[in-house]
Amino acid sequence: MTTQTQVSQTGLKQWLTSDTPKSRWQAKCGRAWLGWVKFTENKLAMIGLSIVIGLILVTIFAPLLAPYDPLAADLANRIQPPGAEHWFGTDQLGRDILSRLIYGAQYTLLIVALVVITAAPVGLLVGTAAGFFGGWIDATLMRITDIFLAFPKLILALAFVSALGPGLENAILAIAITAWPPYARIARAETITVRKSDFIEAARLQGTSNLGLITGHIMPMCMSSLVVRVTLDMAGMILIAAGLGFLGLGAQPPMPEWGAMVSEGRQFLLEQWWVATVPGIAIFIVSLGFNLLGDGLRDVLDPRGGD
Amino acid sequence: MRKFIAGLVMGTALATAPMMAQAETPKNALVMAFAIDDIITLDPAQIFEFSGAEYAGNTYDRLIGFDNDDVSKIYGVVAESWDVSEDGKTFTFKIRDGITFASGNELTAEDAAFSLQRVILLDQSPAFILGQFGFTADNVKEKIYATDDSTLVMEVDKPYAPSFVLYCLTAGVGSVVDKEEVLAHEVDGDLGHEWLKTNYAGSGPFKLNKWTAGESLSLTGNEDYWDGAPEMKRVIIQSVKEAAAQQLLLEKGDIDIARNLEADQLAAISDNDDIKMMSKGKGALWYLGLSQKNEYLSNPKVREALKYLVDYKGISETILAGRSQIHQAFLPEGFLGAYNENPYSLDIEKAKALLAEAGYPDGFSVTMDTRNTTAIMAMAQSIQATWSQAGINLEIIPGDGKQTLTKYRARQHDIYIGRWGPDYQDPHTNASTFAWNPDNSDDAAAKPLAWRNSWDAGDLTAKTDAATLERDDAKRAAMYVDLQKAVLENGPFVIMFQETEIASMRGNVNNFVLGPSFDNNYYRYVTKD
Amino acid sequence: MSAVKRKKRDGRNRARFASGPTGTVLRLVFSLAITFFGLLFVTFLIGRVLPIDPVLAAVGDHASQSTYNRVREEMGLNLPLWQQFFIYISNVLQGNFGQSVLTSNTVLDDIKRVFPATLELATIATIIGVVLGIPAGVFAAINKGKWPDHMVRVIGLAGYSMPIFWLGLMGLLVFYMKLDWVAGPGRLDSFYLDYIEPTTGLMLVDTLIEGDMDLFWNAVSHIVLPASILAYFSLAYIARMTRSFMLEQLSQEYILTARVKGISEHRIIWRHALGNVMVPLVTVIALSYANLLEGSVLTEIIFAWPGLGLYITNSLLNADMNAVLGGTIVVGAVFIGVNMLSDVLYRLLDPRARR
Repeated sequence: MTTQTQVSQTGLKQWLTSDTPKSRWQAKCGRAWLGWVKFTENKLAMIGLSIVIGLILVTIFAPLLAPYDPLAADLANRIQPPGAEHWFGTDQLGRDILSRLIYGAQYTLLIVALVVITAAPVGLLVGTAAGFFGGWIDATLMRITDIFLAFPKLILALAFVSALGPGLENAILAIAITAWPPYARIARAETITVRKSDFIEAARLQGTSNLGLITGHIMPMCMSSLVVRVTLDMAGMILIAAGLGFLGLGAQPPMPEWGAMVSEGRQFLLEQWWVATVPGIAIFIVSLGFNLLGDGLRDVLDPRGGD
Repeated sequence: MRKFIAGLVMGTALATAPMMAQAETPKNALVMAFAIDDIITLDPAQIFEFSGAEYAGNTYDRLIGFDNDDVSKIYGVVAESWDVSEDGKTFTFKIRDGITFASGNELTAEDAAFSLQRVILLDQSPAFILGQFGFTADNVKEKIYATDDSTLVMEVDKPYAPSFVLYCLTAGVGSVVDKEEVLAHEVDGDLGHEWLKTNYAGSGPFKLNKWTAGESLSLTGNEDYWDGAPEMKRVIIQSVKEAAAQQLLLEKGDIDIARNLEADQLAAISDNDDIKMMSKGKGALWYLGLSQKNEYLSNPKVREALKYLVDYKGISETILAGRSQIHQAFLPEGFLGAYNENPYSLDIEKAKALLAEAGYPDGFSVTMDTRNTTAIMAMAQSIQATWSQAGINLEIIPGDGKQTLTKYRARQHDIYIGRWGPDYQDPHTNASTFAWNPDNSDDAAAKPLAWRNSWDAGDLTAKTDAATLERDDAKRAAMYVDLQKAVLENGPFVIMFQETEIASMRGNVNNFVLGPSFDNNYYRYVTKD
Repeated sequence: MSAVKRKKRDGRNRARFASGPTGTVLRLVFSLAITFFGLLFVTFLIGRVLPIDPVLAAVGDHASQSTYNRVREEMGLNLPLWQQFFIYISNVLQGNFGQSVLTSNTVLDDIKRVFPATLELATIATIIGVVLGIPAGVFAAINKGKWPDHMVRVIGLAGYSMPIFWLGLMGLLVFYMKLDWVAGPGRLDSFYLDYIEPTTGLMLVDTLIEGDMDLFWNAVSHIVLPASILAYFSLAYIARMTRSFMLEQLSQEYILTARVKGISEHRIIWRHALGNVMVPLVTVIALSYANLLEGSVLTEIIFAWPGLGLYITNSLLNADMNAVLGGTIVVGAVFIGVNMLSDVLYRLLDPRARR
């Protein structure tokens, strides 16, 4: 990388946009650059990206940003309206809502990150295996996928949460269990289209094993449509987690999970509207951010735009 | 875009055009929002849920009733009067004349005997209330019988305190069902149970019109009720789970009474001039159960420290505002022998000293299984905050009601925060669970609260049994005070509050009656301006 | 290499439910049976691992131990799991779905009651979603990259991003409480709840059957808000898919030809392009309809709407397994049914798929 950073701005751009890349690495970078340029042209996607980056920054710097301890209860100072001292007011135990919101960001991020790193690989593996091998493996795996698809998501999550016991980790696991089947379907469809391609045959002739073919050649082909789908699903995951929190089965108190905050605040809805509204808006903004980002990514990675 | 806007406008028009501005509900009907999704049956021999009990209390007549304001005053309902034999083992009831069932049948002593026998024979949840007097499926027909149309005889196995026996008959199991009607629907010798689960065969001030599980329960006034027909011709109870929705319905005047508002909603609507509130101390207690299987909690000093670590005043004034009063003994105020002193209050320094004495100056970590309702969750979080000041790290494990209960009943908890409601109006109901534990082994036959918390109640078990046989009310009351003090001092329970039920109603609703238990919430006196 | 050939056919996914030879039908029936069997088995397993004692729902917390033991035995819970499963399956095959502990009704009766409530809500929501979503999508497509496109996109994505319980509460607060445009929670005003004898279970239809227009309008004003809120989600989805299908069509050659021929732009878009888009759109609409038919627990709680989602959730949290299993069968059937239906429609409508 050192040599590249030494190249001047225009030089780097030239290197990236060169019609005659000198190495595979350069070609890859070039493609990524073009994608990025196209992505930045999409204002909405950039807004989405900045929301997501903002969420990450808030998570990292939460201790610096939060004016109060998010867990410090003060019954004498409960349900205070927004004001100079508490920008978003206080909740039913007298805790500062802004601080809880800031600390709550990490749980939202955690939910998204963990679901993605558990559900996406499972879906990818099941889908590519089914598509690649076909036959009874395909039939079995797809039947299982169908069974999971036919369950209502929130109810399946609910069942797993009660089976595994409450707590955020289990809620995440439960959401992951409900999230993988669509990925498996996408991966299978992609696999089937490339399975018989020449480059796979070529690799096979070179003696690449089945496992090598799947991980080295087929999985990368599925990535772009999967990334798009996963990003678009992130908002849904946040909403399911919030739904579990609303039903009192998500995060453990006093964890400031946003869904649970809305749930706790709903008894003050008429008079002290901010207690439920502020975290509700936070959920909305972050989900919107992920949706905008996913939408933008799709324009770049999956121009056909189908789902 | 034109189409888009047109669509929006159309949608709005559809929504607004047909609004029927119905400002208030009809004068002769009572409309309530109430979380009645706990009703699983309408058979009084099986009903054991709060809203089910309220249904039975309004639709069936019982043998005996008590004064809601002074429960020591017992009066006859279906039984006009009664005698207790010299040896205290035979109760003879004179059945009131002129009561008719909804079917038109006369109510006789035979119906009463059948109803009580039926409770034992069906052996459903509340059967133990009668079963504790020595009735079994094999002997009940010889022990409870009618000698003629107006005389019912009941022979118990020991000379129990008469008040004990009589209070048990004021519970739902004392409801009289229409023998002829019920047996007409008998299938495979089930004494009409399957049928009565969703139907009605009583003589009360209201009759069942229709029950749609999870949606609504509707009652019709009994025009021929022997004690005066109710003014409300209809009572409609809508099942509304979400408290915020109940509040909206009430403020808009679409319902007359909202039954499940949370503390802060009550504070919010208290400014509304169109709405008034009625409250009544209920028998239910909020408490912490401390499992003695946990090494920290089995230390008496720790137990005592925890009793000093609850912000009783703060919780009852803010989180439960108006919905509870501080109460620390196991018999709720209003019960015979209730001990109404509250020796413990929040004292963190004292608690710290006690923890240090116990050998845990830096505290410890412990979990609490917590039902995910608004009130319990808020209480738990306040307790969590005060305990952390004494170094105790409390982990709250939230769960749905049945889930936390399953764990508690299997003795798998550290701490359980819960609510215990008495089953009948006699002190034995709570004594037999808080202070009575004949067998503390894992596979015991009886599983009272003391057992669930693995607490060997020692000689309190025998004292509890003895109190049921004391026929002098004053002496009996003194025995219960002793039991309560012993449990208060040493028991594995941090009893905190006694529940207050609050019904919020429109200003034009009068004479709604809340009693000490849900059985005694009456609609029959309601009038509307 | 016949196996490879078959796989290839499968690969073109939609060919699987082909009508015609009995072999295909048999295979279809077999795969359906396997799916349902799997659904029930998984649900049964869930019931087993659920740390909720099913007897509690029946006898409550205070019953004596002897009563508890008797009921436990009556519920068959002392039998090994495989035996319970076998008994259940053989009962189901005889059309007996068992009784719900929570409602004292047979599960079949319960479903006849709760499913129409959900069906009604989902149908109205889908109608609203289609009526508003398709024009919005078309509109966005013809203005691609301009501000109307962005607006539709943001409005649509906002629909995807709103926590539904929060939107529902806010909706009630604004449109019911403050503005008085719609009626509150419930399917009818509380006072009318016992007036209607369910014939179809669909309140809008039943009130018409009874010929009571006041009640009909009352039911309408109750369903508008929850249906609109659910519709927002399907609207977002439908608009988004319409847009991308339309873009694909508008770039086709025949559109260019039509333009050259001088056919009006209005006609090209609404007649020709949209006509062709309808085929894939049917699948999209069917999918979103199927999702709504599963019932939305959160919406149903907030709007006191006694639908399928609330029924299954409540039963699950009480380990009332007969009811949960019954509900699962309905949801599974709806899902599979709608999928098959959209396959069939696709084949009927799309000349290319007919081959």
